[in-house]
Amino acid sequence: MKRNLNYKPKLSRNISNRLLTLISGIFASIAVLPLVLVITYVLIKGGSLINLDLLILEPQPPGDDLENAGGIGNAIVGTFIMTGIASLISIPIGVGGGIYLSEYSKDGTFSRFIRFGTNVLSGVPSIISGVFVYAVIVVSKVIFGSMFSGIAGGIALSILMLPTVIKTTDEGLKLVPNDLRNASLGVGASMFTTIVYVTLPASFRSIATGVVLGLARAAGETAPLIFTALFSFYHITSFSDIFYEMSSLSVLIYNFALEPYEAQNELAWAASFVLVIILLGINIISRLISNLASEK
Amino acid sequence: MASNKDFLLRNRTRPEKIIDKGFKSLTVFMASMVAFVLISILLVVFFESTEAMARYGLKFLITSDWNPVTDQYGAFTAIYGTLITSLLSLVIAVPLGVGTAIFITENFIPESIKNIIGLMVELLAAIPSVVLGLWAVFVMEPFIRPFLSLLYKYLGWIPFLSTEPIGPGMAPAILILVVMILPIITSISRDSLNQVPFKLRQAAYGIGATRWTAIFNVILPAAISGITGGVLLALGRAMGETMAVTMIIGNSNNFSWSILSPGYTISAMLANQFGEADGSQVSSLMYAAFILMILTLIVNIFAQWIVKSLSLKY
Amino acid sequence: MTRSPENSHECDVSVSLQNVSISYGKIDAVRNVYCDIPKGKVTALIGPSGCGKSTVLRAINRMNDLIPDCSLKGRILFEGNDLYAPEVDPVEVRRRIGMVFQQPNPFPKSIYENIAFGARVNGYKGDMNELVEKSLRKAAVWEECKDKLNQSGYSLSGGQQQRLCIARTIAIEPDVILMDEPCSALDPISTLKIEETMHELKKSFTIIIVTHNMQQALRVSDMTAFYNAEAIDGTSGSKVGYLVEFGDTELIFKSPSEKATQDYISGRFG
Repeated sequence: MKRNLNYKPKLSRNISNRLLTLISGIFASIAVLPLVLVITYVLIKGGSLINLDLLILEPQPPGDDLENAGGIGNAIVGTFIMTGIASLISIPIGVGGGIYLSEYSKDGTFSRFIRFGTNVLSGVPSIISGVFVYAVIVVSKVIFGSMFSGIAGGIALSILMLPTVIKTTDEGLKLVPNDLRNASLGVGASMFTTIVYVTLPASFRSIATGVVLGLARAAGETAPLIFTALFSFYHITSFSDIFYEMSSLSVLIYNFALEPYEAQNELAWAASFVLVIILLGINIISRLISNLASEK
Repeated sequence: MASNKDFLLRNRTRPEKIIDKGFKSLTVFMASMVAFVLISILLVVFFESTEAMARYGLKFLITSDWNPVTDQYGAFTAIYGTLITSLLSLVIAVPLGVGTAIFITENFIPESIKNIIGLMVELLAAIPSVVLGLWAVFVMEPFIRPFLSLLYKYLGWIPFLSTEPIGPGMAPAILILVVMILPIITSISRDSLNQVPFKLRQAAYGIGATRWTAIFNVILPAAISGITGGVLLALGRAMGETMAVTMIIGNSNNFSWSILSPGYTISAMLANQFGEADGSQVSSLMYAAFILMILTLIVNIFAQWIVKSLSLKY
Repeated sequence: MTRSPENSHECDVSVSLQNVSISYGKIDAVRNVYCDIPKGKVTALIGPSGCGKSTVLRAINRMNDLIPDCSLKGRILFEGNDLYAPEVDPVEVRRRIGMVFQQPNPFPKSIYENIAFGARVNGYKGDMNELVEKSLRKAAVWEECKDKLNQSGYSLSGGQQQRLCIARTIAIEPDVILMDEPCSALDPISTLKIEETMHELKKSFTIIIVTHNMQQALRVSDMTAFYNAEAIDGTSGSKVGYLVEFGDTELIFKSPSEKATQDYISGRFG
């Protein structure tokens, strides 16, 4: 008896198979759609507004001038400063904590608790870290009597970055083969020497990639800043300005999007353009670098 | 025998030992900072809200007055808004996200296109919430309003669709939440599907299963713990998501079952009112923040537990 | 180095294991090992998989400290000093007792730096260039390396990498060199070269080598310790290792006193 093994397109299982494939393909297209729509719109709408003045000047208070809303220069600077403060706090603490988890801890209760806590902390809504910093730092004026400030904003962002930095350090160090640690310890190096001169350099690239991605996320955050750093219409002029209200791209977008004036709305679009370009740029470059490294 | 005179540090010097020990203590201290921050957040939010807890008790959870003038506070509108927006966004995002993940892990399309789709979904996660909010306000909401009006026209008898869409509201908030949690669900599902061992797939195909029979009966069940964990993480994210929601939800404390009407979420309420609040309003907002924290905490801990206990042993 | 009086008459003993038992958590890996390893000779540890010979080797320079739950009972004396006394610093132990691992594990640094790292850690104050050359020569890899000292250690072949690792260990001039199956990842020609290197090295160092290869043990070692594993009574599956016999390599191979040794070296199991 000869069997017919040819593909039978009308068989019900083959029809449902093709249908399901089609559906999953449609889902994938829908998933990609928002990115394409948002980015195209931000690039076209925001990009058309960009000029040098806009990147440098301070914004005008809403309603003052209906034609010209000024620029976003101080917001760009503010975003960099507060992200910088957040990095200065969260990178040392996070890398240190990650080193402990990966290199020293022996899966005891304490390290399991820290890992658990890291996961929980990364799930805490960003607005809560704003509320926390507001209650602990802004209201109490503990930092040299300043209330709303760039410092407070930076601290709120650092709480968001901390779990990311710990996790990427922990995971990055875990990828370093044990052979390498043994090699160093085997010639009589201490744990400190081994970590600083052998293990950390070997995992530098993957840790750096993770940290930079975490940094990019923090730079785009708004919720922790709206009542910690608040907003400012002015450029900073001296170092002590970090103890006062500070503007950021994200808070500028939020504030000006809801203004009834066209000029302010346009400034929000321009700020979105700058923010999206910076963040996508960082994302794509760091991914490219880590891909290149892994191919080598 | 080798001469040892050239090696001055056969015995470690005191400073070297101190640095070695000190470094370890330093890392222990830094690791403890995580626990310290987490516990401080819990305690601070809890103690700041004790006044409102004492005054309003559990009634706070089921009443929806929010009046700084009469000092009457109830968070029901915001709690309802938080739950309904996050759950409905999940209902839409889970099939989309898991479907996309299947599409880019099973070999339907060439590797390079898979990678591009995967990259695009991950880049979507890099777009700040506030930019998505801006886009939702000026582009998405005006675009979808006619469709929402149709829903109201034909399905207005359903309580959840019983008001006329007039602009910002819970429905556009749900859609923007879908955009925000889609990357989490997709990337975690993709990772879980990629971890399903090849031998399991082979076993399914080897007994004559079609591709989708294999996906539904073998591959998805094997990846289910990771996917469920990812879905729960997404739920936590959706409940705590602030900016985009605040910009598009309408910020209204008037309670309505309908998702076509303006509403509130806890995080939107915090973003909107915290800056200018004083007196018992601060405490009431802290109470709401505490509720939000407990909700996300439960979801996140549950997510971790699911991932640990449901993971299949191959 | 001071010596405790009871051992002063046996000055040719380098490492002495006295009733050593090692366990991982609650599971015993190896039990009740007594063994005096002589100075200036090559001692081979042989035996089937799971007999604990690598565990014993790693205990000698306290590499096992790095494995959680690994504990040791009994004493290991190095030139009369108890290595597991509470005041002993494991880092200093490893500066005296170097180790070459199963997989070649050069640092991701230049060949030169691979050698210099350990020497610097040990506070070497002499001429570094000279030390690098001397160590690479002793490890018989100088000819291959001399023109590319600044290239990565990974630019070498597997066998050359392993000899680089040996050179790295020689450079810190330890008293004892432990080798944990140093040739198991290598081809026969590289293996031969490393064995030749070992013959040179035993003039200046005490060498203890774990090997699966009986012929290698016969070729390179002066003394051989044969370990075996036995199922713990009552339980199936988990085995505990023990030292069957220890003596001159020729004696062990030609006329073993235990039947298990006889069976193993003639290839009947393991």
